[in-house]
Amino acid sequence: MFSISSKRLKDAALKKAMSNPRAGAMVCFEGWVRGHHQKKKVIALEYECFEKLAVKEGRKIITEARERFGILEARCVHRVGRLKVGETAVWIGIVAEHLHAAFRACEYIISQVKIRVPIWKKECYSTGDSGWVNFRIHSEKDG
Amino acid sequence: MQAKEVHIQYYAVLREERGCGAEVLRTTARTASQLYEELKDEHDFSMPRECLRVAINNEFQDWEAGLKDGDTVVFIPPVAGG
Repeated sequence: MFSISSKRLKDAALKKAMSNPRAGAMVCFEGWVRGHHQKKKVIALEYECFEKLAVKEGRKIITEARERFGILEARCVHRVGRLKVGETAVWIGIVAEHLHAAFRACEYIISQVKIRVPIWKKECYSTGDSGWVNFRIHSEKDG
Repeated sequence: MQAKEVHIQYYAVLREERGCGAEVLRTTARTASQLYEELKDEHDFSMPRECLRVAINNEFQDWEAGLKDGDTVVFIPPVAGG
């Protein structure tokens, strides 16, 4: 399951929904808003997404992870809106019979979400300016 | 060439550069690629097409996919989830 949320992510509730009697391992990953980037102080991140396609692509990634690693369940929730430093931007939970599959599936999902799902973030700096992450690299590379 | 009506949605840096999140316009562009190049010239978008992906009717598509009347087109800047 993959979903987008504009509300604060509650770890306990998300985890509770994943119980499975066949499971011997539960791996959870949280991506937090970091307070700095390339020597600049970050005070918030503003996330936005193209929800229809984000959910579709996110679900594809979850299905791939289930098929590749034989896990029992996987869930990923991504926040949108303005997040302060320390808030959880993305939550991933994996339930599997054994630990290796759970860790590998978790890493697969977060790495694929970062490069495939149409979600964008803008860093807001303490200086008052802001910038879209990944935008400068690409625009400079190709002129 | 016959003009068609397309719905365009903008996100992130493109939304800011265009000054709106969505618009409907009539175009004679045959492909998504042609449409982006037209819009890029008109609105002075900073991102070259090669840096973007395109979705038509909520599916990723090839840039040379043909446009039809009523299509919804979304140009997708480099993503940055997580």
